[in-house]
Amino acid sequence: MQIAHDILLRSYRSMRTIRDFEERLHVEFATGEIPGFVHLYCGEEASAVGVCAHLSDTDTIASTHRGHGHCIAKGVGVEGMMAEIYGRKTGVCHGKGGSMHIADLSLGMLGANGIVGGGPPLICGAALSHKVLKDGGVAVAFYGDGASNEGTTLESLNLAMVWQLPAVFVCEDNGYGEATGASYACAGTQKARAAGFGMPYFDCDGTDFFAVHEAAGQAIAHARAGHGPVMLHVHLARWYGHFEGDAMTYRANGEVARERAERDCLQKFRTHVTETSLLDLSALDDIDTSVKDEIEAAVKAAKNAPLPEPADLQADVYVSY
Amino acid sequence: MSKKSFRQAINEALRQEMQRDPRVILMGEDIAGGQGGSAGVVDAWGGVLGVTKGLYTEFGAERVFDTPISEASYIGAAVGAAATGLRPVAELMFVDFVGCCLDQIMNQAAKFRYMFGGKARTPLVIRAMYGAGFNAAAQHSQALYPLFTHIPGLKVVVPSSPYEAKGLLIEAIRDDDPVIFLENKVMYDDEEEVPDEPYSIPFGEANLTREGDDVTIVAFGRMVNFANEAADRLEKDGISCTVIDPRTTSPLDSATILECVEDTGRLVIVDESSPRCNMATDVAALVAEQAFDALKAPIRQVVPPHTPVPFATVLEKLYLPDAARIESAVRSVMAYKKAKQDA
Amino acid sequence: MTDLITPITMPKFGLAMTEGKITSWNIPSGAQVEAGQEIADIETTKITNGYESPASGTLRRQIATEGETLPVGALLGVLAEPAVSDADIDAFIAKFQADFSSDSAADTQADHAEPIMVSVGDLTLRVQEAGQGDATPVLFIHGFGGDLGNWMLNQNALSTDRRTVSFDLPGHGGSSKNVGDGTPAGFAATTAALLDKLEITSVHVVGHSLGGAIALELAKTCPQKVASLSLIAPAGLGQGINMDFIDGFISADRRKTLELVLNYLVHDKTLISRKMVEDIIRFKRLDGALQGLQTIAKACFPNGRQAEDLRPVLTSFAGPAQIIWGEADEIISPNDARNLPDTIPVTLLPQTGHMPQLEKAADVNAALIKLAK
Repeated sequence: MQIAHDILLRSYRSMRTIRDFEERLHVEFATGEIPGFVHLYCGEEASAVGVCAHLSDTDTIASTHRGHGHCIAKGVGVEGMMAEIYGRKTGVCHGKGGSMHIADLSLGMLGANGIVGGGPPLICGAALSHKVLKDGGVAVAFYGDGASNEGTTLESLNLAMVWQLPAVFVCEDNGYGEATGASYACAGTQKARAAGFGMPYFDCDGTDFFAVHEAAGQAIAHARAGHGPVMLHVHLARWYGHFEGDAMTYRANGEVARERAERDCLQKFRTHVTETSLLDLSALDDIDTSVKDEIEAAVKAAKNAPLPEPADLQADVYVSY
Repeated sequence: MSKKSFRQAINEALRQEMQRDPRVILMGEDIAGGQGGSAGVVDAWGGVLGVTKGLYTEFGAERVFDTPISEASYIGAAVGAAATGLRPVAELMFVDFVGCCLDQIMNQAAKFRYMFGGKARTPLVIRAMYGAGFNAAAQHSQALYPLFTHIPGLKVVVPSSPYEAKGLLIEAIRDDDPVIFLENKVMYDDEEEVPDEPYSIPFGEANLTREGDDVTIVAFGRMVNFANEAADRLEKDGISCTVIDPRTTSPLDSATILECVEDTGRLVIVDESSPRCNMATDVAALVAEQAFDALKAPIRQVVPPHTPVPFATVLEKLYLPDAARIESAVRSVMAYKKAKQDA
Repeated sequence: MTDLITPITMPKFGLAMTEGKITSWNIPSGAQVEAGQEIADIETTKITNGYESPASGTLRRQIATEGETLPVGALLGVLAEPAVSDADIDAFIAKFQADFSSDSAADTQADHAEPIMVSVGDLTLRVQEAGQGDATPVLFIHGFGGDLGNWMLNQNALSTDRRTVSFDLPGHGGSSKNVGDGTPAGFAATTAALLDKLEITSVHVVGHSLGGAIALELAKTCPQKVASLSLIAPAGLGQGINMDFIDGFISADRRKTLELVLNYLVHDKTLISRKMVEDIIRFKRLDGALQGLQTIAKACFPNGRQAEDLRPVLTSFAGPAQIIWGEADEIISPNDARNLPDTIPVTLLPQTGHMPQLEKAADVNAALIKLAK
């Protein structure tokens, strides 16, 4: 599939933004200034961006506790996200959600989700909305190999097939559910699970933007055309722990280093566009500089932003009560 | 205006709201019934107790969705649909089944608005049957409204009659927050005059079904009928009771409860849910804290024992509060004399 | 002998069934049946099910007829071997029926004339008719926020020798909630159309409060239809109006606040019953009711004054007319009845508020009957 120039540039920028956002959080978290749990998406950028390249604001996604990448790929601004993670009033959720609950429904971002397997049922509902309202949209559930064992996920695969929903189930398989390997926790295969529900299955190398883009394009087109739900199985690796502060004692020496050296999606992207003369490296370098500045500005703004006020404690529990 | 059963009143509310607003959809297990069966019938049941009968035939497969027996997925789907432009009414059959989908209600629907900084709307109604008195035993008889009342972000409705059910369900469907609407299955054939036109009853506004001077009785759902029965009997003996039907446990009309207790000085609370951390304890705490000086006697709770709901008729009868028990509780607070008066 | 006879009773399908309808017998009387054979179809609110015979034998009697709805446990038919005598079966049935008491059996309600729904143009009006006879009919028109129930103490008294009609104005009671422009003229047009629909050509018109203004508009546009005018605390004769009542009636949404507002209506405040308050709250909850009231208030009482001066209509009305007013009216002052021609008698009732037809029903009825003679 030939990818338009501007989409390539935008996609690279998204991946670079996610990378820098997460690397910076890794540093800032260590200073103790960021409260709560933070789960980093580094290493998995091509998945979120390769899938979301096919989506617009009228499509819906649901994310996971490891949600920063999906948010950025779906268009949520980094300044509001950073402020949210810092617990500031200017955050996208006014400091009341934090890292695990960043959402922007106006962009079709149904939220990161603190509950493993929380997203797939919601996405059945979003897909139902698209179907009933006939707006041409599709709904995409990102979930991990860990969540693939939740009953909610398996029930959602069934329901989506029964209702023939325009839903895409993107299983981001990074090999670990928290500290437990997928080889231990997942019986059978994702492919066989999809087949069990009669659901079309696609898979791809999640560290290769072009592979993800290609597979996601086919999967999403299938759902968007009204042919029912699909599963997209993305193989990737996370570069940091389950959450920040996780020393990853369960991973073999050199495993992460090898991933970084051999399967860095940004490096692979640069190599690919150079070899195929799709883009000029200098354009990518410019993006790198610009993103660096943007993240710097976001951190600065977040640190200086006002904290929520006491009145915010009881605000927005209900629309009316 | 015509006589309608509790079941018909709910069916009519659903029908009229579906006619009014194309975004209102229904989903649930067997709410049509028969799909995929060998008879080729697609509106066989209308829900396990027939409440949604005829709606599939009237509104079709675009608006009425039979689900697999898969509460987590379809209640979650209702939540997701509500957050993205529809106004789903999901039927959870027996409320006891919330054990299979509490996450979708408690962690998702209830919290979206708050954790997303006030930017989400989740106009969702979950209808479910509750209540003992049907020999349906421990897993099909609970009165779980306190469980939902405990969760910020949910509204909880416990209607006490057909008239109340129709107006409160229409309000629930028009409400922009997630609403748990609990129907006592023993009441489905109760009848009363119900307007044919659509109407809505606001949440958080208690209804006084009796007004009296001696004792305030706060009762929930089906218990309101027992409280009325007890009040009418007591009236003949010169004991006049106010009976409060709060209609919704969340929001709760604390002001009316406090006002009535200020007037009568005595309080009996009737709640068919399990006695620990239920509505009776909640109302008792409210009054103890905010109307202590008005009390002429200790607060009495008429509640079941702290056991699962039993199966055998004789045990289930013992389990449930009834008019006789309410009556005796009222008599006991009337008879109460303070052991010693302060000098 | 009875152990050879098997009663077939209304089965209970599922948890909620209390009664069922026998839609058809699948076995004729006198036929042999096997246990488990479907002998009848039973319909409930949920389902229609085949009913399998509980035993084998000859279906000796079909007690229930097709189409009959019976409670669970009621006798549908009797199975017995041919050897059992008819007399024994009769005795069995008699005993069964005597023992089987059903609460749902006693449904004997007195036959009351219920209001009927009448289509007038796009509107549906709730209409209460009573009486018959040759005398000219009487039409009752209620006021702002009222309904035909306002005439519960009057309509029957006027119905001894004639047809009488009360109805809910648009936006009120059980009528359509579309009030049009909300003016007395608009309501008068609807009233005229209702009379046409009921094929009433000439009628004594009794109008209360805003209904008085509507009666005057009717007399203005359709004088031939109006045999006489009885105006009770009518609008249209002055400018003053108690806006605390009008606004409060619209805004009050709880029993307590509404009760205070309704107290304006009567001199004897104990007349405002719980049921009256509850009925008004229930009316106001209906979709469109509140908007209707707001439209009427805006059209009839802009800037807190009555909009229409209908005195000229009254003074130039050719037929007989009278005014009835409570001296203690807190909504519209009885002073509005001053300075009318002597030909129009004014009955002022002491210690009476805005609803003399309720508070002093006997006096009002006497005056109405007198004019309608």
